[in-house]
Amino acid sequence: MQPVVEIHDLAKSYRRGGQIVPVLSDIDLVIASGDFVGLMGPSGSGKSTLLNLIAGIDKPDSGTLRVAGVDITTLTESDLADWRAQNVGFIFQFYNLMPVLTAFENVELPLLLTSLSTGERRHHVTTALEMVGLGDRMEHYPSELSGGQQQRVAIARAIITDPTILVADEPTGDLDRVSAEEILTLMERMNDELGKTIIMVTHDPHAAERAHSIKRLDKGVLQDGEH
Amino acid sequence: MHLIKLIFRNALRHKLRTGLTVVGLVVAILSFGLLQTVVDAWYAGAEGAAPNRLITRNAVSLMVPLPLHYRDKIRSVDGVKAVAAANWFAGVYQDPKNFFPQFAVGPAYFSIYPEYRIPDAQYRAFVRDRAGAIVGRKLAQTYGFRVGDVVPLKGTIFPGTWTFVVRGIYDGADAGTDTSQFFFHWDYLNETAKTRMPTLANKIGIFVVQIADADRAAEVSEEIDALFKNSPAETLTETEKAFQIGFVKQTEAILIAVRIVSFLVIFIILAVMANTMAMTARERRGEYATLKALGFGGGFLATLIFGESLLIAAIGAVIGVVFTFPVADWFASEMGTLFPVFEVSRETVVLQAACALAVGATAALFPARRAIRVRIVDGLRAIG
Repeated sequence: MQPVVEIHDLAKSYRRGGQIVPVLSDIDLVIASGDFVGLMGPSGSGKSTLLNLIAGIDKPDSGTLRVAGVDITTLTESDLADWRAQNVGFIFQFYNLMPVLTAFENVELPLLLTSLSTGERRHHVTTALEMVGLGDRMEHYPSELSGGQQQRVAIARAIITDPTILVADEPTGDLDRVSAEEILTLMERMNDELGKTIIMVTHDPHAAERAHSIKRLDKGVLQDGEH
Repeated sequence: MHLIKLIFRNALRHKLRTGLTVVGLVVAILSFGLLQTVVDAWYAGAEGAAPNRLITRNAVSLMVPLPLHYRDKIRSVDGVKAVAAANWFAGVYQDPKNFFPQFAVGPAYFSIYPEYRIPDAQYRAFVRDRAGAIVGRKLAQTYGFRVGDVVPLKGTIFPGTWTFVVRGIYDGADAGTDTSQFFFHWDYLNETAKTRMPTLANKIGIFVVQIADADRAAEVSEEIDALFKNSPAETLTETEKAFQIGFVKQTEAILIAVRIVSFLVIFIILAVMANTMAMTARERRGEYATLKALGFGGGFLATLIFGESLLIAAIGAVIGVVFTFPVADWFASEMGTLFPVFEVSRETVVLQAACALAVGATAALFPARRAIRVRIVDGLRAIG
């Protein structure tokens, strides 16, 4: 399988109160296309930071970071935004839907950055929402949906542009057990049926079991360990 | 389409907050428009002045009269078409609070002021009646004067009770014409003065001079004043506009205060609006970060914030401007004849709209800047 994420000697630190706090160091990681990777580790271990770096919403201090064939550390903010729109689908813990837009409009949002016509957008959105089992909830606002349903909308939004990778930060962290299982099953389907590469940060061992492989981080250093 | 939808829905997200902000804007825009109209009303006399009319008065003061015989000398100056005498009467109608301008005017007066439209029959009746008077439409409406009514005025400069008969009601040629005045025959005033108060007889407050060519106003003014140089009553001749502005200048401090207050009102609503937009942007920090993560650029976020702020400002402006007209009418009626012309001008409406848009744009400036600059990871941390 072709590698979709290639990380070498990556380091990241934050400045906090005049002090430099290292968050990640000496990270070497390769993720193959179509893989489903779980990132685990205690709080503060740097797993969300690593996910943010892979997703192109944060920048490393040093090292190389190639995602979908592009060294994203060299991109400008504007180019990085375009790159994210084409290559990354986001699934957040708290869904991050626009409360004033319906499920349909939320899913359609990333397509506004493409050149698709209104009719084409409608077709894509309808297909995506039906795929996540919300074909009958298209005109509902987020406040009218359960947590599990909102996360399904978020997954539909994440896949709508057919991105190279899906990044999920604690996707089941705000859900009850049943909804969490449904979401994980849905993510498995996205991986199996659509061949999406998924990188998921989680605390939950049950959620991590769904991943093909698990990478563990501790104090900013990647540990060995496979699922 | 999505953008406009987002702007509208975001604006209506906190209905109470948006509603209160709009109410504040309406009050501010309305107050601003009203205060600007007050300032305009102050200058209405100057605005209504014709360039071919000069005013000749005593160089010492307006309170010091000129001799009647100056009239013929002024008339002889090259370029002068007509001369009319006018005296300020300052009579009291029933109660001192019932103030309106009263002038004793010479025969040529109404030909010099063609903007006072008097029906021919009424004008002829006025000419025939020594105690006849012509009143403006606004004045007639304020006190219910009708043709044939007897109007008693108690003189203050010219003592005694003077009785006039309304022989005509004039209308203005346009909305800017002062129709709150009361005119009667200067001859009637002078003849009565000769018997009752001889020291005030044959004295003129001002001469209104009509000239043939408005471009020669300065030259003709100099020639008139030169006629009376080194005489016991030297004259000062100026254009009607300069004469009217001279009056306004006497109360300029009040006008400046009114103008300052009108812009203070706008500044206060700017602070309120800026606070609203700052709160809004702070609450939506996570949403802006999400949009950025999805690939939307700073321009999109700025458009969202500016759009929402301008939309709220526009709603406030439209309602404020619409309400300005009836409120100005009510204010004018409450003020009686204090403001002879009280019209909300097109310039005032444009200024109201411009102020509202400036408030909307300025209020969005800092929240938009902050939204554009927010780091995605920091913004996402705000959710949860």
